[in-house]
Amino acid sequence: MIEVENLTRYYGPIRAVHNVNFQVAKGEIVGFLGPNGAGKSTTMRILTGYLPASSGTARIAGFDVFYDSLEVRRRVGYMPETVPLYPEMTVQAYLNFMADLRQLEDGKHAVGRAMDACGITPRARQPIGQLSKGYRQRVGLAQAILHDPEVLILDEPTIGLDPRQVTDVRELVRDIGQEHTIILSSHILSEVSQTCNRMLIINDGQIVASGTPDKLTEQVQDQDRILVRIDGVSDLQAISVLKRVDGVLSVQSIEDGAYSVSCIQGSDNRAELARAVVEQGWNLLELGTMKMSLEEIFLKLTEGATIEDLTGGPLAEPGMEMEEEEYV
Amino acid sequence: MSNIWTITKRELYAYFSSPIAYVTTAAFLIVQGYVFYIIIDQVQQAGMDVALGNYYTLFLLIFYTAMVTMRLLAEEQRSGTLELVLTAPVRDWELVIGKYLASVILFLLLIVISFYQPLVMMRYGEPDLGTMASGYLGFFLLGSALLALGTLTSTFTSNQVVAAIISLGLCILLLLVQFVSPQVASTTWGQILNRLTILYHYFDFLEGLIKVQHVVYYLSLVAASLFLATQVLQARRWR
Repeated sequence: MIEVENLTRYYGPIRAVHNVNFQVAKGEIVGFLGPNGAGKSTTMRILTGYLPASSGTARIAGFDVFYDSLEVRRRVGYMPETVPLYPEMTVQAYLNFMADLRQLEDGKHAVGRAMDACGITPRARQPIGQLSKGYRQRVGLAQAILHDPEVLILDEPTIGLDPRQVTDVRELVRDIGQEHTIILSSHILSEVSQTCNRMLIINDGQIVASGTPDKLTEQVQDQDRILVRIDGVSDLQAISVLKRVDGVLSVQSIEDGAYSVSCIQGSDNRAELARAVVEQGWNLLELGTMKMSLEEIFLKLTEGATIEDLTGGPLAEPGMEMEEEEYV
Repeated sequence: MSNIWTITKRELYAYFSSPIAYVTTAAFLIVQGYVFYIIIDQVQQAGMDVALGNYYTLFLLIFYTAMVTMRLLAEEQRSGTLELVLTAPVRDWELVIGKYLASVILFLLLIVISFYQPLVMMRYGEPDLGTMASGYLGFFLLGSALLALGTLTSTFTSNQVVAAIISLGLCILLLLVQFVSPQVASTTWGQILNRLTILYHYFDFLEGLIKVQHVVYYLSLVAASLFLATQVLQARRWR
């Protein structure tokens, strides 16, 4: 559905996007993830035909975004960052205007449907300038889905919303995503990992990693980590016992009675660890594998390192997150 | 075509939902009406050169067109709404023409309201109706050309005030060249310069003469300005 090849964009001497390649299949929800200024918005603007690329090509539904711009624009719904709207217009008048611009045959019906989907029907007659940020965001979304586009491009759709609204918008995106191909950008990792099938992590204009959240974790994790929770023993004792188990590289105390045990990759040491604890006559309260949190992966990747640098790189910092489904 | 009309309708909506349309129209009509009263009171003559040929009215027209057009594209660029319009299947020239048409319609409305002046003249004198019609045609063409120039300068910047100042400067320059040129009028350059000024082509209309060259001049000015405006909009693609 979307094919991007060697896309590069300069703003004067500044390189905003560098040699970006990716593809998005029909029906996929893909998240662009990266710190501010990583090139997310620029890439999206190129895809919508608003900006041209300095070099490289991008095609949507087989149409080149530069040469067949009008065809692309007919097929794409776009919600820019900070949703620019005409404050003097009412919600309804604005959506009617966009429906006219898109030359929809049954504009009235389309506007009603989009307003219902975004939950703004009660605000239809209010001037946009009087709406809260959350509602404005929804008007932007309604505008983007008005023509039932094949591809939906959402630039930071939840920025500046309260938690409740964030949840609403995410649900909306997931709903829409069942029939549409969606690219959304965010610098909030949990958002992307919750709504998207696949993440593209962008840093400094380049894609540094891509894949499902699980796959990314797998790629970046260089050691197995196991959490052990023991009752009523001093840290010193516990660490010295745990360290002696085969395959254990290091042990760190996370909190009272809980320890993070780093092991050689691929060696599942849980049985040995359990035995060691029980042999001491201690109470084993908890035992499970730990994963590097997505946040840590994100931070690692956007610190200027590529995925190759990371695998085999230094240990991740403590403060790891538990993943519930990983428990034994 | 339907895109142009859609843009025009929205622009008119914007004009009338903010004070711009009312304030500019009212200001023009009040001041120009006062000028009309003073002049007609002094010369005791009913003619188009009285109503539309004085420099007060012409300077007013320049201010009016600058005020009306300054926001057209500058505001869209500032607020970012340009991005949404131009990622819809709308061509750049459709946007420019649609916006320009809205300002022309507003100007037509102003002309229609100012028709009380010929009515007054008809009540107290016997003005020539043909001259009156050609005078208004000239006034309309002159205004349309100024509006097109304003639309062009509105694409230069995202700041309305800057757009208005550039527009004022440009139009006043085009008008003042008229006064400079007599000193060099005998030279070829003087002749060319004179023919390029916006008022050189205006006064014949007030005398009842509709010359093709004058009509062509104004229409070319409109076409050139709108063409350039489209190019400036497209230039964002190369920045």
